[in-house]
Amino acid sequence: MQKYSGFGLLKHALSHHENWQRVWRNPVPKKKYDVVIVGGGGHGLATAYYLAKVHGITNIAVLEKGYLGGGNTARNTTIVRSNYLWDESAKIYEHSMKLWEGLSQDLNYNVMFSQRGVLNLGHTLQDMRDIQRRVNANRLNGIDGEILDPQQIKEIVPMMDCSDRPRYPIMGASWQPRGGVARHDAVAWGFARAADALGVDLIQQCEVVDFIIEEGTATGVMTKSHGVIEAGRIGCVTAGNSSVMAKMAGFKLPIESHPLQALVSEPIKPILDTVVMSNHVHGYISQSDKGDLVIGAGIDGYNGYGQRGSYHTIEHTVQAIVELFPVFSRVRMNRQWGGIVDTTPDACPIISATPVDNLFFNCGWGTGGFKATPGSGHVFAQTLAWGKASDMAKPFSMFRFHDGALIDEHGAAGVAH
Amino acid sequence: MFYIYCPHCEEHREEEEFHAVGQAHIPRPLDPESCSDKQWGEFLFFRDNPRGLHHELWVHAIGCRKFFNITRDTQTYEIKEVYKIGEKPTFTADVAVNAVESTT
Repeated sequence: MQKYSGFGLLKHALSHHENWQRVWRNPVPKKKYDVVIVGGGGHGLATAYYLAKVHGITNIAVLEKGYLGGGNTARNTTIVRSNYLWDESAKIYEHSMKLWEGLSQDLNYNVMFSQRGVLNLGHTLQDMRDIQRRVNANRLNGIDGEILDPQQIKEIVPMMDCSDRPRYPIMGASWQPRGGVARHDAVAWGFARAADALGVDLIQQCEVVDFIIEEGTATGVMTKSHGVIEAGRIGCVTAGNSSVMAKMAGFKLPIESHPLQALVSEPIKPILDTVVMSNHVHGYISQSDKGDLVIGAGIDGYNGYGQRGSYHTIEHTVQAIVELFPVFSRVRMNRQWGGIVDTTPDACPIISATPVDNLFFNCGWGTGGFKATPGSGHVFAQTLAWGKASDMAKPFSMFRFHDGALIDEHGAAGVAH
Repeated sequence: MFYIYCPHCEEHREEEEFHAVGQAHIPRPLDPESCSDKQWGEFLFFRDNPRGLHHELWVHAIGCRKFFNITRDTQTYEIKEVYKIGEKPTFTADVAVNAVESTT
């Protein structure tokens, strides 16, 4: 892999930047791999990268139906934070946060991770009690967090309406200074490039249409374009499509797929240098480096795979944003889109063995998977390398929905559903 | 935005009046006490979540507040039919397959 550096930039300037190496190869798949990862989004690519880097398993293929990072990785609002309530989830999201902090160096690719802080607003007494509980839990878990009053919020975001005027006035907030945003596409590309450099085969336009299962053990996948590809172990990282994949393997998941929408405004001059989220009036907003306001909505209540949702859902969100930021009332919206999120009943992911041997699923990240990209990949790589869950992954088994050991993160998950 | 026919009000109303409850036709185990953890867990949490035809329960939440079923395509979002609780859907995955076969 050609290493990116300031010197390289100068050197390539001399040849008008026409001789840069391809970012990754485009290989023809082999007949057999040690590990096949289904799904070439952020989580799948991160899994492949950490399998190769940490566990030395390099005979890996990542099979992607479309193009790399073209699903939810390209459709989210790029918020990164780790202020989750329960120990199990706090651990895995904080693990991810620590990986984020060194990710650009690690991948030799600028993922533009910007720790600009995340505010979670409270608008009711109960909100404030929940915020206090969550911040205290975070601090006990070694995660940074503070409780702010409206005056302190005003100092961080001067043009937010912190007065008594709104229907639901801001009563306070939790503040995680280490939270922030990252450039979503760069995360997928960075992991893809680094994994490719370690020998991972990234196969695009290669849809998996069935699993080959012999006597309860998965031995390979059937693809549309390249026939059967044998695999020692299979990791399925297909987000919204996970239930469809599970059905191919002959079992059900405790997952429902919903559209989750987001929208961006026209680019404007820098005005918002942090991330603001509100569960209660429901909207979250940040400003990208390009200048557009990135706004996330709630999920649509119905099941859907159509990568689009209903108009009234984004209308509600924009109402909330304008209530918080009257100054944005005349900003025009540029684009709006939907992704398909795989929600679980407890708003926590599934990183798990399945009823089929050698077949593992990493799914159920629902509305908040982007922030977990490095951590999810790191933990799932361990599961695939060892053939069993590590301590960090154990609580996220799909079988928790049989024994009842759910991890209720609806409060910290942030998106209403 | 869906425009949904409520079979109780016998009118088309906008989606905002309704609430999607989830998969329809999930029978509650007759004797919950005798269920294994696995059976009870599957009843509570595990869902079909198909890409394609989906029978789902809706409630006319800020209208008549009554429940009814919809058969809808989760890929195209097309509403195929609306039917009352206790009635059987006429659009099912098998019927759809047959229809495709008979037209080709």
